[in-house]
Amino acid sequence: MSGAFPVLGPALPEIFLALAAMALLMLGVFGKGEERPRIFFYLGAVLLVISAALAWLVTPKGGATIHAFDGLFVLDGFARFAKLMVLGASAFTLAMARAWFEREKLARFEYPVLVMFAALGMSMMISANDMISLYMGLELQSLSLYVLAAYHRDNARSTEAGLKYFILGALASGLMLFGMSLVYGYVGATGFDAIAKVLSHGHAPVGVAIGMAFILAGLAFKVAAAPFHMWTPDVYEGAPTPVTAFFAIAPKIAAFALITRVLVGPFGPMLPQWQPILVLIAILSMTVGAFGAIGQSNIKRLMAYSSIGHAGYALVGLAVGNQEGITGVLVYLAIYLAMNMGAFAVILAMRVKGRAVEGVDDLAGLGRTNPLMALAMALFMFSMAGIPPLAGFFGKLYVFLAAIHAGLYTLAILGVLTSAVAAFYYLRIVKVMYFDEPIEALDKAIGRTMGVVLTVSTLVVAFFFLVPMPVMRLSAAAAKTLFPH
Amino acid sequence: MTDWPLLSLVTFLPLVGAAFILFIRGDDKVVAANARHVALLTSVGTFILSLGIWLKFDNASADFQLVEKAQWLPQLNITYHMGVDGISMLFVILSTFLTPLCILQSFGSIEKRVKEYMVAFLILETMMVGMFCALDFVLFYFFFEGVLIPMFLIIGIWGGPRRVYAAFKFFLYTLAGSVLMLVAMLAMSWHAGSFDIPTLMGIPFPIPMQYWLWLAFFASFAVKVPMWPFHTWLPDAHVEAPTGGSVILAGVLLKMGAYGFIRFSVPMLPEATAYFTPFIYTLSIVAIIYTSLVALAQEDMKKLIAYSSVAHMGFVTMGIFAMTPQAVEGALFQMLSHGVVSGALFLCVGVVYDRMHTREIARYGGLVHRMPRYALVFMVFMLASVGLPGTSGFVGEFLVLLGTFRANTWVALLATTGVVLGAAYMLLLYRRVVFGKLEREDLKSILDLDLREILVFAPLIAVVLWMGIYPSSYLNVMHASVDKLISHHQTALAPKPAPVAEPAAEAAPVDVPAEAPAGAEAAPAPVPAPAPVEASQQTSEPQPQPAPGTESPVSPAKQE
Repeated sequence: MSGAFPVLGPALPEIFLALAAMALLMLGVFGKGEERPRIFFYLGAVLLVISAALAWLVTPKGGATIHAFDGLFVLDGFARFAKLMVLGASAFTLAMARAWFEREKLARFEYPVLVMFAALGMSMMISANDMISLYMGLELQSLSLYVLAAYHRDNARSTEAGLKYFILGALASGLMLFGMSLVYGYVGATGFDAIAKVLSHGHAPVGVAIGMAFILAGLAFKVAAAPFHMWTPDVYEGAPTPVTAFFAIAPKIAAFALITRVLVGPFGPMLPQWQPILVLIAILSMTVGAFGAIGQSNIKRLMAYSSIGHAGYALVGLAVGNQEGITGVLVYLAIYLAMNMGAFAVILAMRVKGRAVEGVDDLAGLGRTNPLMALAMALFMFSMAGIPPLAGFFGKLYVFLAAIHAGLYTLAILGVLTSAVAAFYYLRIVKVMYFDEPIEALDKAIGRTMGVVLTVSTLVVAFFFLVPMPVMRLSAAAAKTLFPH
Repeated sequence: MTDWPLLSLVTFLPLVGAAFILFIRGDDKVVAANARHVALLTSVGTFILSLGIWLKFDNASADFQLVEKAQWLPQLNITYHMGVDGISMLFVILSTFLTPLCILQSFGSIEKRVKEYMVAFLILETMMVGMFCALDFVLFYFFFEGVLIPMFLIIGIWGGPRRVYAAFKFFLYTLAGSVLMLVAMLAMSWHAGSFDIPTLMGIPFPIPMQYWLWLAFFASFAVKVPMWPFHTWLPDAHVEAPTGGSVILAGVLLKMGAYGFIRFSVPMLPEATAYFTPFIYTLSIVAIIYTSLVALAQEDMKKLIAYSSVAHMGFVTMGIFAMTPQAVEGALFQMLSHGVVSGALFLCVGVVYDRMHTREIARYGGLVHRMPRYALVFMVFMLASVGLPGTSGFVGEFLVLLGTFRANTWVALLATTGVVLGAAYMLLLYRRVVFGKLEREDLKSILDLDLREILVFAPLIAVVLWMGIYPSSYLNVMHASVDKLISHHQTALAPKPAPVAEPAAEAAPVDVPAEAPAGAEAAPAPVPAPAPVEASQQTSEPQPQPAPGTESPVSPAKQE
């Protein structure tokens, strides 16, 4: 915007992260990357935390929105909050991953580097203010994730997961590009603000509606919402467990931030057109998530369906499309982060005699053999089922409240009913842990990092009801910046 | 002292005990013993503290008392609002009364994972008490659903052979109903702009909306009560739950549904309540007669009592919807009485189950020869369940029938058959278990009640007799609130040409011109408005009672 040299300040965390990731890569290649991978994991996590801190500290003055790179990049309260969640989640999942990879003899310095690049891509997505920068961020993230899914390259399932994710992801990207070109063709701009300006002037041309539907399909793929969810169970199951943990949290939040920004920003005036699509996607996701998980015996697959279901609940808030709904989405995502972080910490700690296991039945009798871990997992499961007094209840309360205020009664009723169905499989995990007799006890030592993550997320989930206001207030403030008027 | 947040203290004191138990370390035996004692002390302390609520409670006031209010989620207008009135106060006491007895009972029967059991029970107590005190929708739902987690674990971990099935059925049934209630609550709060229960009671909802809201509440409460045909989770849950779990399930959890009806459906949705009253009557009558017949055919003691619970709760729902002062007070009294009596009956079953490890009726017989004390205790509760005058069961059933008779003769008539059937299955149970010849070899060495068990039963017997002989101490608490509830209900219905008002005009043509305008003008004045409606009900009675709902319903019970 201002002269030849672009304004870089707002993109400070991204620039830092890019430089840090590249430096780490160089260090790995030319330094002792092969011998001492552990340092890279810690370094990566620390650098991610620093960039999260930067993202939090680089504040637009007085809650204003600032642009950089000639309007391609935007920084506002919404971006700030989403980046904090995404970068923080990336850092924590990276730290948790170390022990698992070391035990499986897979620890290599490329992993932290790839996670950092993925995080960079997500951060760019969140701040994208133009179709082009959106696509760039999305692809940077996706390409890193494809590699991560196939990270265990000697394992057929992991390779399959990577390939499957890549092919379907490429298809989704193609759909999205097609949609973008349609929108560009009819509107004549790629910038979000410009598109919004054109669309707010009157009735949107059909081409834009079709383009938007394609973009929406591509984004729905990224958040793993039904009917674009097919890849999720296979990829979640095939990918190494720490990668699954990463997939389930950070990219999902980033994709939600992106879909929110796109729908509320450029396509905001087309709410009547996209609301029914989102209602449908939300209902399908909640239903698929609830019923699909019932028959699963692999806990990672189960979590995949659970994440589809959660995407559905968050989409309920998004379908409302107003400030209240978006606040609900952010609250939901923040709570989702805490619950999934904890649940995956438990899943990562599931080992029998040093060997990683991932069957639901392997948890049998955990309530006896490791009461604290079982208690934590039970709390996460009840919370995901949305039972008060745990945190998950408040996430659901918020989105359903928003849905009812907007008059979307069908959505709310179907939502609560599917959550009752979904309770069944969450309860099944509790049942396996507490009601069944132990077959083979899981190993007790879970490592310090895991212990910390587990403790923190348990406390958050269990005692959220005591101090719900900070998260609520932050989410509300973040959502407000998307609705300047 | 007077400014203590008494309700919060009573609600959260058990949690302190639970937290304390969690930190007990040592070898298993010591931990178990300490956990038991801490749990018992905590729950007894909670009970004593809760008596303070009763002491400070002002019977004359119909308003919510001991109110506490604090910010919780100001953004959403959700507050931490606690308070009790004549309807809810006694249920708080009931919860805190039954919990220590259950904990004391479990000393002999729960041997594995004692620590967890005690923690679960104390958390359960917090949730129950909190639910009866909550005066905010979200807070209410918070406690209402929160009950599920500890109960699920209690049934699932310490239950019988089919415990997993029973626990899942209990949880999912209740949850499916409750989530619909959540939607209804959110919709109501959106309409009214508040989650505050006392505020919502004064807000007239549009009638078409009321029907949907009412049905959503019904989905939740009918499962919880449970009303026929939503009762099928109850026999499973009761049979599989450990004794303490059954006692709380029957004693308090079932009351949550009826309490919900009386707290939400009736005062907030008066038109829908009037519209659906025949529906509730029908279900209640079916519950009373059908489940009594089912109970007659049971071979398992716990199942029999479980079905009898459904039948007794049928009286409660019938009484609530009859909406006469006697019926509503009777329903409330019946809830209290049933809480104590059915809880005690489950304890009676628990006594022999702990010794013989079977609940099959046919495996027993002639217990009176070896267990005279047990036979006496069992007899008291059996007769209270039947409704013998002088016991608590009589007062509740009598008032409900009396009140319902004023509202609808046929319903009362059909319900009375339930009393007969109730006597049949309970006496049959008692005869088969306690009387007869002591023939089975393994029963010949069975031991009578020990001191601990006597300690468990003594307060229950005292309460059952106290409630039966001097019910006023309980009914006086309810009067003001029930009168307010009914007058509020009738003022809400009166000004409109609803079907209830029409027969009033026909039956009492003399009264109407004088009183109807008063009712129409002065809506907040509760006394004149209900008069025309009551006049129509009184025509069916031979002796007109001058002041229904003050002293008259009590006196017959006292005379017995």
